Amino acid sequence: MDYTNLFPYMQAEITLIAVIVLIFLFDLFAGARARRQFPALVAGLLLVQLLVNILPHGSGELFGGMFRYEAMHGVVKSILTVGTLLVCLQATPWLRREDTRHKQGEFYVLTLSTLLGMFFMIGAGNFLMFFLGLELASVPMACLVAFDKYKGHSAEAGAKYILCALFASGLMLYGVSFLYGTTGTLYFDDVAQRLDGSPLEVMALVFFFAGLAFKISLVPFHLWTADTYQGAPTAVTAYLSVVSKGAAAFTLMTILVKVFGPMVASWQTVLYTVTVLSITVANLFAIRQKNLKRFFAFSSISQAGYIMLAVIDGSAFGMTSLVFYVLVYLAANLAAFGVIASIEQHSGKVGIEDYNGLYRTNPRLTVVMTLALFSLAGIPPFAGFFSKFFVFAAAFRNGFHLLVFIALLNTVISLYYYLLIVKAMYINPSEHPIPAFRSERGVRISLVCCLAGVLLLGVVSAVYDGINAFSFGL
Amino acid sequence: MEYTILILLLPFVSFLVLGLAGMKLRPVAAGVIGTAVVAVVAAVSYCTAFEYFFVAGRDAAGLYPTLIPWNGVWLPISATLHIDLGILLDPISVMMLVVISTVSLMVHIYSFGYMKGERGFQRYYAFLSLFTMSMMGLVVATNIFQMYLFWELVGVSSYLLIGFYYTKKEAIAASKKAFIVTRFADLGFLVGILFYGYYAGTFSFTPDAKLLVAAGGMIPLALGLMFIGGAGKSAMFPLHIWLPDAMEGPTPVSALIHAATMVVAGVYLVARMFPLFVGYAPEVLHGTAYIGAFTALYAAVVACVQSDIKRVLAFSTISQIGFMIVSLGVCTSTDPHAGGLGYMASMFHLFTHALFKALLFLGAGAIIHAVHSNEMSAMGGLRRYMPLTHATFLVACLAIAGIWPLSGFFSKDEILTACFAFSPVMGWVMTAIAGLTAFYMFRLYYNIFWGRENRELHAAHTPHEAPWTMTLPLLILAAATLVAGWIPFGRGISSNGEAYTIHIDGSVAAVSLCVAVAGIALATWMYAREKQPVADRLAETFSGLHRAAYHRFYIDEVYQFITHRVIFACISTPIAWFDRHVVDGVMNLLATATHGAAYAVREMQSGSVQRYCIWMLCGALGLTILVLIIC
Repeated sequence: MDYTNLFPYMQAEITLIAVIVLIFLFDLFAGARARRQFPALVAGLLLVQLLVNILPHGSGELFGGMFRYEAMHGVVKSILTVGTLLVCLQATPWLRREDTRHKQGEFYVLTLSTLLGMFFMIGAGNFLMFFLGLELASVPMACLVAFDKYKGHSAEAGAKYILCALFASGLMLYGVSFLYGTTGTLYFDDVAQRLDGSPLEVMALVFFFAGLAFKISLVPFHLWTADTYQGAPTAVTAYLSVVSKGAAAFTLMTILVKVFGPMVASWQTVLYTVTVLSITVANLFAIRQKNLKRFFAFSSISQAGYIMLAVIDGSAFGMTSLVFYVLVYLAANLAAFGVIASIEQHSGKVGIEDYNGLYRTNPRLTVVMTLALFSLAGIPPFAGFFSKFFVFAAAFRNGFHLLVFIALLNTVISLYYYLLIVKAMYINPSEHPIPAFRSERGVRISLVCCLAGVLLLGVVSAVYDGINAFSFGL
Repeated sequence: MEYTILILLLPFVSFLVLGLAGMKLRPVAAGVIGTAVVAVVAAVSYCTAFEYFFVAGRDAAGLYPTLIPWNGVWLPISATLHIDLGILLDPISVMMLVVISTVSLMVHIYSFGYMKGERGFQRYYAFLSLFTMSMMGLVVATNIFQMYLFWELVGVSSYLLIGFYYTKKEAIAASKKAFIVTRFADLGFLVGILFYGYYAGTFSFTPDAKLLVAAGGMIPLALGLMFIGGAGKSAMFPLHIWLPDAMEGPTPVSALIHAATMVVAGVYLVARMFPLFVGYAPEVLHGTAYIGAFTALYAAVVACVQSDIKRVLAFSTISQIGFMIVSLGVCTSTDPHAGGLGYMASMFHLFTHALFKALLFLGAGAIIHAVHSNEMSAMGGLRRYMPLTHATFLVACLAIAGIWPLSGFFSKDEILTACFAFSPVMGWVMTAIAGLTAFYMFRLYYNIFWGRENRELHAAHTPHEAPWTMTLPLLILAAATLVAGWIPFGRGISSNGEAYTIHIDGSVAAVSLCVAVAGIALATWMYAREKQPVADRLAETFSGLHRAAYHRFYIDEVYQFITHRVIFACISTPIAWFDRHVVDGVMNLLATATHGAAYAVREMQSGSVQRYCIWMLCGALGLTILVLIIC
C-alpha cells in the first residue's frame, strides 16, 4: 500500500476530518466561557481548511482506484466549503438561542460530516465508495433537519427526509446491483469499458439517476423537498438547498460523463424529460406559495432544472457552466436565506405577506433580498444572468433548441414570482411591518460576502476562466 | 507612471463617499472633500504632464511615445478582439488631463460660492466627482470600447447635473432632451464601434493595416457612424438642440461640462481616430469639415440675437466647436507642413477655448448671481458694480474674438491658416464667422456691462461683486487666458508627433485681426451706448429674419413635428396598441393558463410520504420505459 500520494490527493478530506475532531473535542471539554467563542472558532477552522486546500493540484488516484482526485474536484470542494462556512455564520444567532445553545457543537459536527460525505461522494472511483459518501451525506442530514426535535414540524420534516432518502438509496442500490450484474465490477473505469447499453443497463442508469435526482430534488423525485425545507431549521434549509444540491449535481455530471459516457443518448433523454418537468412543475408550484421557505423549495427545484441544462451538454464547457452556476446560485440563495433566517430570528415570521412594507423598516436587508432575487431570476448585470446564459449556451450548442426555449419561457414565469416578493417588500402596504432590527455580526459578514458574489461573479471574468481551466467532459 | 491610476480612482472614491454618505455630512465638509480630491487629481495630472513631456521626453525617433502604464483585459471575445480597461498616455490625452483637471478644480472652488445654501449641495459635489472620473476615463481610454463606456458615463453625469434642480420643470425637460438626443447619436457610435471591431479585428486605436485595407468601404462607414456619436456629444448641427437647453443646469456645470470638457469629446474622438480618418476615410473627414463649418455659421448667426446670456454662450460654444471640427476636417495628411496643420490647430483651440469659455461661463454665473436673472434686459451698466468680473469677462471676450496677444488669437489663426490651405472658400467663410464671433461676443459684453442699464431693478437690488471663492477662479482663468497663447503648443502636439514650430502667417493674421476689430467696432457702434437706435431699427427692418434667428431657425419645432406627428402618431401609437392588446393578451393568457395548471397539479404535493415514494418509483419506471422506447 502506497501512502505517498495520500496528502496531495486526499488533503481536503483529511483536513476536514481534523477540523471535525477538533470541534468535537472542543465541544466535549470547553468551558462555558470558551463556548461563547464557538462560532468564531468554527468559522476560523473552516477558513483555514479552505485556504489550505484552495489551490487545485494535479490529478491521480488512491487505494487502487477507490478514490480519485482531479483539479476540478478541488475547485468544487472549495466552493462547497465556502457555502458551509456561510451557512455556519448565518446559523450563529439561531444556535445562540436558549433551546439550541447546548447542542451547537452537534450542529457543527453533523454539518461538517455531511460535507465530508459529499467530498467522498465527489472523489469516489467506485460505486461502493460513492454509496458510502452518499450515505454519510444523508444520515447526518436527517439529524440536522430534525434538529429542533421538540418542534413538531421539524421532527416531521426529519422523518419525511430520512424515509424518502432510504427509498431513494434503495432505488439506487437496486440500479447499481444491475450494473454489477451486467459488468461484474463496481470500479467506474471498468464499468465504463464494459457497458453495452442493454435494457438492464438502461434500467440501472435510470435507477442510479433516481437516487441522485432525489438529492438534487428533480421532478418527480422532489416531493420531499417542500415539506422538508419548510420544517427544517432555516440554516439547514439553506444548507440543503445549496451545498447538498451542488455536490449532488456535480457528482451526477462526473458519473454520467465518466461511467455512463457510452450511453450518452439514453441519459440525455432522461435529463431532457426531467429538466422540462422540474422547471415547469416547480414554477407552477412556486407561484402559489405563501410561506417563503416553501417558496424557496420550489425555486430551488427549478434552479436545479436549469443546472441540468449544463449536465446535458456533457462537455468541458458544460462542466464549467455547471460549477459556475452552482457558485452563483450559492451566493444568491444564501443571501436570500440569510435574510430569511435573520428575520425569522427576530420576528418569527416566514410568510410572504409578512414581508409587506419591509423596505420602510429594514431597507438594507430588503436591498440584499432584492439583489438576490434579481440574480436568481437572471436579470443582468447580476451574476445570475451570466450563469443562466452559460447553461443555456451549453444546452443550445448541443441542439436542444426546444429545451432552451422552454427554459426561457419558464424564466419569464420565475421572474413573475420572484418579483412578487420584491413587490411585497417595496410596494404592498402593511399595518404591522416587521420592526427594524440590526442583524448579528456573523450574519452581516455572510450577507456581505454573498452580495459581493452576486454583484461581482458575473463581471469579474477571472472566476469563470479559472473554473474553465480545470473542467473536463466527455 | 503607474500613479496615473489615482486620476481615476480618487474621484471615483469621492463619488462613492459623497454619494452614499454625503447626506450625513455637513454641506461644507462634502464640498471640501470633493474639492480636495480634485485638487489632488489636478496635482497628479500636472505631475503626469511634466513627467511625460519633460522627464520621459521623446524616444529615439524623436516622437513622444504612447505609454500604457495600466491595462487589463476585461472581456475577451476572441484572441485578438478583447475589451480592455486601462490608461493610455500620449500628447493629446495628457493635454486633456491638464485641461479637465484645471477647469474641474476651478469649478469646484467656484461652486462653493455659487451653490451655497442650495438643497442637495452634497449631491452636487458627488455628481461633479462622478463626472470628473468619467471624463478622465474617456480621455485616457486605451481602446474605443473603453472610450464608449466612459462616454456613456459622462452622458449620465451630464444628465444628472442638468436636472440638478429637479423640481424645476424646464430642468427636467432639458436633462431628458440632452440624454435622449446624445443617446440617439451614441447609437451610431456603438454601431460604428461594432463595425470597426468586426472588420479591423480589434478595438484598439492601432489596428492592423492589412485588415483595414481588406475591409474596404466598411472602415469609412464605421468611422462615419462613430462621428455621429461625436456630433451628438459635441452638438453639431442638426444634433445641437440639446445644448442650449442644457443651460438649465447650474452655471458652473455649464462651464465644466457644456463648455470646456464634455462637449469637446466629439472633437477628441476625431483626433483620437485621426490617423484612420486621414488614411482610410479622407472623404468622411472632409464631410465633417462641411458639417462643422455650417454649424459654426448657424450657431454664430443665432448667437447674434439671443437675449439670455447663457444661451448666447451656449451658441458660441457650438460655433467654436464647429471651428475645431473644421480644423480637423480640412486635414489632408498627417504632415503638419503639408496639409496636417489643422490637427495641431484644433487641439490648440480646444485647449485655449476650454480656458476662456470656462471663464466666460463662470463670469456669467457671477453676473447671474448678482442680478438673479439670465436676461440681458436685467443687466447693463454692470461694470460699475462688478469691476473684477468685468475685467476678466473682457479678457475672455477679447480672447474669443481673436485679439492679439490673447490665447484665442493664436489658436484661431492656426485654424484659419489650415482652412486657407484647404480651400480659399473655406478660409474666407471661417474668417467671416470669426468676425461674426467678435460681433456677437461684444454685443453680449456691451449689453451686460455698458448699454441700457436696468436702473429700476438695480436700484431695488444693488448688484454686488461675487465672493472670493467665485472671483478667485475667474482671476486664475483670466491669467491663463492671457498667457496660454504663448505656449509652444506644436512642440508637444502635432499630427505626426514631430515637433512643429508655430509661426504666424502674416496675411492670415492681418485679415483675421482686421475682421475681429471690425466686428468689435460694429458692436461698439450698435450696443455700447444707452440708446441703441441702429440695433432696434435693424431688428425692425429684418423682423422676419430676426424672429427666425431668435427662434433658432425653428429647428426644435422641426424635431417636435417629426417626433410627435410622425414617430409618435404613425409608429408608436400602433405599436402601443399591438403591445397592449396582442402581446399583453398573450401574456395574460399565459398567466391564466399557468395559474390554472398550478391549481391542477396541487394534489401531487399531498404531504403523505407513501405517496411520495410511489411517485418516485413511478417516475423511475416511466423514465426507463421512455428511454427504452426512444433509444
